[in-house]
Parts: sequence; C-alpha cells; structure tokens
Amino acid sequence: MSSHEVTLFIDGKEIQANKDVTVLEAAEENGIYIPRLCWLKGLSPFGACRVCLVRANGRPQPACTQRVMDGMVVDNDTEELRGIRRNIIDMIFVEGNHFCMFCEKSGNCELQAMAYRHGITAPKYPFLFPQKAVDASHPDVLIDRNRCILCSRCVRASKEQDGKGVFGFTGRSIDKRLAVSSGEGLAGTTLDVDDEAVSACPVGCLMKKRVGYAIPVGERRYDQEPIGSDIESVAANKGGE
Amino acid sequence: MSTTTEKKITIEPVSRVEGHGKVTLILDEERKVDEARFHIVEFRGFERFVQGRLFWELPVLVQRLCGICPVSHHLCASKAVDKIVGLDQITPTGEKMRCLMHYGQMFQSHALHFFHLSSPDLLYGFEAPREQRTITHVIEAHPELAVQGVAMRRWGQEIIKATAGKKVHGTGAVPGGINKSLSLSERDALKCELDKMLEWAEAAVRLARQYTLDHLEELAEFGTMKSNHLSIVGDDGRMELYDGKYRAIDPNGRVLIDGVPPEDYLKIFREEVRPWSYMKFPFLIDAGPEDGWFRVGPLSRLNTCTYIDTPRAENARVDFHEKLGEVAQATMAYHWARMIELLHAAEKIRELLDDPDLQGEDRVAAWGTRREEAVAVIEAPRGTLLHHYKVNENDQVVMANLIVSTTNNNEAMNRTVQRIAESHLSGKPEITEPMLNNIEVGIRAYDPCLSCATHALGQMPLEVTIVDHQGEIVDRKLR
Repeated sequence: MSSHEVTLFIDGKEIQANKDVTVLEAAEENGIYIPRLCWLKGLSPFGACRVCLVRANGRPQPACTQRVMDGMVVDNDTEELRGIRRNIIDMIFVEGNHFCMFCEKSGNCELQAMAYRHGITAPKYPFLFPQKAVDASHPDVLIDRNRCILCSRCVRASKEQDGKGVFGFTGRSIDKRLAVSSGEGLAGTTLDVDDEAVSACPVGCLMKKRVGYAIPVGERRYDQEPIGSDIESVAANKGGE
Repeated sequence: MSTTTEKKITIEPVSRVEGHGKVTLILDEERKVDEARFHIVEFRGFERFVQGRLFWELPVLVQRLCGICPVSHHLCASKAVDKIVGLDQITPTGEKMRCLMHYGQMFQSHALHFFHLSSPDLLYGFEAPREQRTITHVIEAHPELAVQGVAMRRWGQEIIKATAGKKVHGTGAVPGGINKSLSLSERDALKCELDKMLEWAEAAVRLARQYTLDHLEELAEFGTMKSNHLSIVGDDGRMELYDGKYRAIDPNGRVLIDGVPPEDYLKIFREEVRPWSYMKFPFLIDAGPEDGWFRVGPLSRLNTCTYIDTPRAENARVDFHEKLGEVAQATMAYHWARMIELLHAAEKIRELLDDPDLQGEDRVAAWGTRREEAVAVIEAPRGTLLHHYKVNENDQVVMANLIVSTTNNNEAMNRTVQRIAESHLSGKPEITEPMLNNIEVGIRAYDPCLSCATHALGQMPLEVTIVDHQGEIVDRKLR
C-alpha cells in the first residue's frame, strides 16, 4: 500500500483506495455498487439526489461527495439505507410526471431502473401532478420537464464539458425548474444535439428528437440486467480470477 | 348487483363487455318501451391530452386507450405517423411485421370474445340463470372449449409479443416501419402451433355457423334492423384489415361510397353529439343523420367485401351469404362473421410466417418530407378505426381526432337495445334479471369496447334503468 492509499471498510469488506477519491468512487473501483442518480463520471459531484446516502463512520453522508479516510467504516447495503433510498426514489417519482408506459426512455431510464432495483412497483406517496412545461422549440433536442429530476447533470455537463452553460435552475423547492440560457427557449441557446449535456440526462427529460422507440423491448439497457450490474460484475470477475 | 324500486329498473353493469355502460328504458303508461338508450358513462379525453406531445410518441401513447385491442391503436397511429414523416410506403419487412402483429391481435381478440365473453349466452341461452351465464361455468361444463379459448388467445398474444416486444402495449411499430424483425426461433415457435390453431379456427366457424342456423328463426329478428354497412376494403374489394379505402353499402347491397381514401373522411362522415352520452353518433353525410347511420365490424366487413383472399375463409364467406343473404343483417350473425375472420387471420398468419421478409434487416424506411397532417384507417377487431392528427413545426401534436369502432356502432347498438326492449320487455308486468340479459346479449354481439369509444378508463359494468312516463324509476339492475 502506497502513502497515497487508505484502507476502508464497506459493508465489512476491506478495500484500498486512493486518498483523493470519494466513497462512491472507491466502492465502484472495488466492484461495490452504491446507487446514484445525480452523479456521473467525469462531472464534479453535486450531492443533489441523495440516493447514494451511506453511513460513514456512523454519520449519514452522500457517498458521491464524502472523501475516503483511512480506517473509515461505511455502511451501504443495509435495510435502513435501502429504505431511505426507496423513500427518496418514491418522492422523485411523485414530484414529477413520470409516465413510464409511454416514455421513450423506458428501459433505458436510470430512475426507472433504480425503482426496479429497489423493488418499487408503485409509489407510496400521493402524486403531486405538478404543471411542468415541454420545450420542443429546438430542432433536434427536446426538454420534457415533466420528467426532470433536477439532478443537474445537464447543467454541469454543459458548463464543464461543453463549455457553454446552456442549463441552470429557476425557482426553489417544489417550484424549482430546469431553465435555459435564452428567453426564446432551447432554440435560442447554443445547444448542439451532440453536446455532452444531452446524453448526460439519466431520465427522459433531455432527449434527442425523432429517436423514439428505436430499440425494441427486450434489448434496452436495463431489460437484461438491473442497474449497477456492470459495476458488480467487476467484483464477480475479480473473484473468479 | 340488482336493485329494484317502485318505478325504475337499472341493470349495472353490462357485463362481459369492455368498459362501463348503462341502459335506460323509458316506459309509457302501459309499461311499453317508449325509448331505450345505451349510455357510455366514461370519459377519458385522450384527444385532448395528446396535444403537446411529440408525434413519434403517438403509437405508444394512444394504445393505452385499451388493454384489449391496443395493437389496433398502435398500428393506426403508426400509419398516420408514417404519413407525418412523409412516407406513403414503408419497407416490406416493416409492413409485413406490422400485418403479422395485426392478425395476431385480430386472432386473440376474436377468440377472447367468442370463447370467453359470449359463449355462456350461446351455450346456455339468453335467459339462463345468472349463475350459469359465467365463464367459470363454461370452464366446468365445457373445459375443451374454455381451454381452446385460452390457448388461441395465448397464441395470438405470443404473435404480438414477437412483433411488438410485449403482449400488451408494446413498442414495435415506429415511424416508417418496425423496430424488430422476426427471429427464426420466434417464427418456428409460432409455426409449431399453427396447424392446431387453423383446425380450432375452422371448428369455431362450424360451431358459430351451426348455432346460428339452429336458432335462425329466433336470431333473424333478435335486435336486428336493416342497416348500412361500412368498412375499408382492398383495391379489388377484397377483405382488407390493415390498409384500404372506405366502402359503404346500403341495406340492399347498393354501394353508397367506394374507394374513398382515409383523408377524405370528413367529406363522407359527420358525428352527432347527444347530451345523454359521451359517445358520438357518426353518420354518412349524403344519407343524413336519420338514414346515414351504419354498422361496422365483422358482420359489416363480410357484407362490404367482394371476396376474402384466403381459401378457407373465402369458402366460409360464400356459405355465410348463401345462408343469410348477400347483406346479412341479423345482429347475432356477428358471431359467425367474427369466427370467419378468426379463420382468415390464422390463414394470413400462416402466409406471413412463411415469408422471408419477416427476417429482413431493412426495417425502417428513410423519412421523407415532413407533413403537418395525417389520417389513417385500420380495421380493428370491433370495426373501422380512424386516427387523424395535426402536428406543428416543433413536432408537437396540436390536434387529434379518434373515431373508434364502437363509436361507429353507437347508433346500431342503441337501435338493437330498443328492438330487444320492445320484443322482450315491453308490456311485461315484471322484468326479471334473466330477461334483461337479452339486452346485454344484443350489445355483446357487437363486442363493444366502451373504453375505446369514449377513450375512457375502467371496468365494464352495465346498468339498466327503466323509467316510466312520469320520469320515475321503475327498476334498476346493476351488475
């Protein structure tokens, strides 16, 4: 172990990690999946969705922003944390208008996949049915705010990777909405269909137009295996070596 | 459930039909039926809430109207969207996969209706005790029929899954084609059961035929009236369920309209609104609202088409008309006609499963020049279905008009209810629950989908209310 590495324990498993990484990154490198929605590799962590909540040395912390520490004891896959995550996912569903039955992101949607992974078949909280606007003004990209989970992945990708700053937020709390940098809607911005911001969306909010349901049911990303399986298979493969 | 007050009868719900309906019978001073109304009491509003959505979502969105025949809406919307993206022709693989989906849907829906929804009436009689008129009783007394019904429906659903990705509410048809081909393993699995399905379909035709001929005297007048008939047909007048042009005939078989493309539907139809129903009343403009009403569905398709392009169903069609006349009008003949279509669907499926185009990779045609408006028509299991959309420059739907099969049959179903009420209930001192089933039998013959007709949601209960001349409820039957 080098001086740059620390030792920590996730659900009792001892792992080594670079001291500059977060708990989420350290877990992923060791084949442990910590559920997440607002975190995306290559973007600065934001800590918005709280789906990655873990107990680090007993304190509730988002794994995407919590740095590793030598000797840290992390609880991840516990009934308490799974319950908290289920509640968070439930609330995300009822705060938007997520109609999976006709959403073209269905089967490729991280929120939907997260719900399935956590055994959620229907929300337990009452639907709020908020009024949210669709912006179809851009020739190649659609914003459907009904499906926005305010994860800010597009906001950060546009700023950090595309160098544009097309997206931001307006309003607070239940009135918070995804905004764009032009009063004329998305068509008035510099967004290009190939921008990283477009592909950063985990749900069906920011979508390339005219793609629709090109991938048949059964062949979509999460039709075959649950979200997180790609990370967990790393551990399985390592175990087999 | 059934409730009776001093002066009103209500039956609720109308059972073994899709959706929620209610019948009101208005009596005169001598307890004779003065007026009978078949109300659809659901409201859903699809035409409004698709506004603002993106046009490529339509095939997947509007099929949620219905869980029985979503494929019909899925394909009709897809055909309209093809036109929106500038296509009048899609690839052979796209077209044939969609047709396979459509015939699979026709097969399963017709099997469901005959074997499970209508069989209790046909096996036990219209006024059989209520506890006998159930599918569970059919399962006990005629397990072979019940099992056939289940197996035929399953096979049809497997075809839908192989073409649409799911048995209910799939995503197969996309603008310009289809998103999957039929794999050889999928094809072979379906072909394994093909001979059995053809055999059972022929047996079902024989059963429906025999039932109709055995009871012809009674059925010829039961809920029957001379009507116009409408459907789409192929270019040469053949029965065509996936794509064609309008043809309508009058009660004597005279052609009223022919070769009318879907786009011209507003030139030939109007829809009348009546305050007591959420369902509209379509009629042919030239004939007017009084005489221009028509019927759609299996009986009408048998009447309007010149021939059927599959041999076994064509033989059955010829026999059907020999026995019932060139324009069969008996409402209960819908059942026989429906089984002939079931056989036709099985024959079409056999043709398609042997077609190598289903394994083609050229699934989606390149889009052409965008259009702002499109109309498409398809023959759903219950009859002619029309979708009309307008789309703005941002790809959003700004107008939708859906005229579904059951809406087309609205006037006919009301007249059938009126006829049966007059023939079976009028002037009777007491109206019993089994007597009221006659009304439901008449409605059921059309295999109505009341959810689709009002683009509505829910179960399919029927309520019958009988009101006297002073507006007081005589009886009410709820189920």
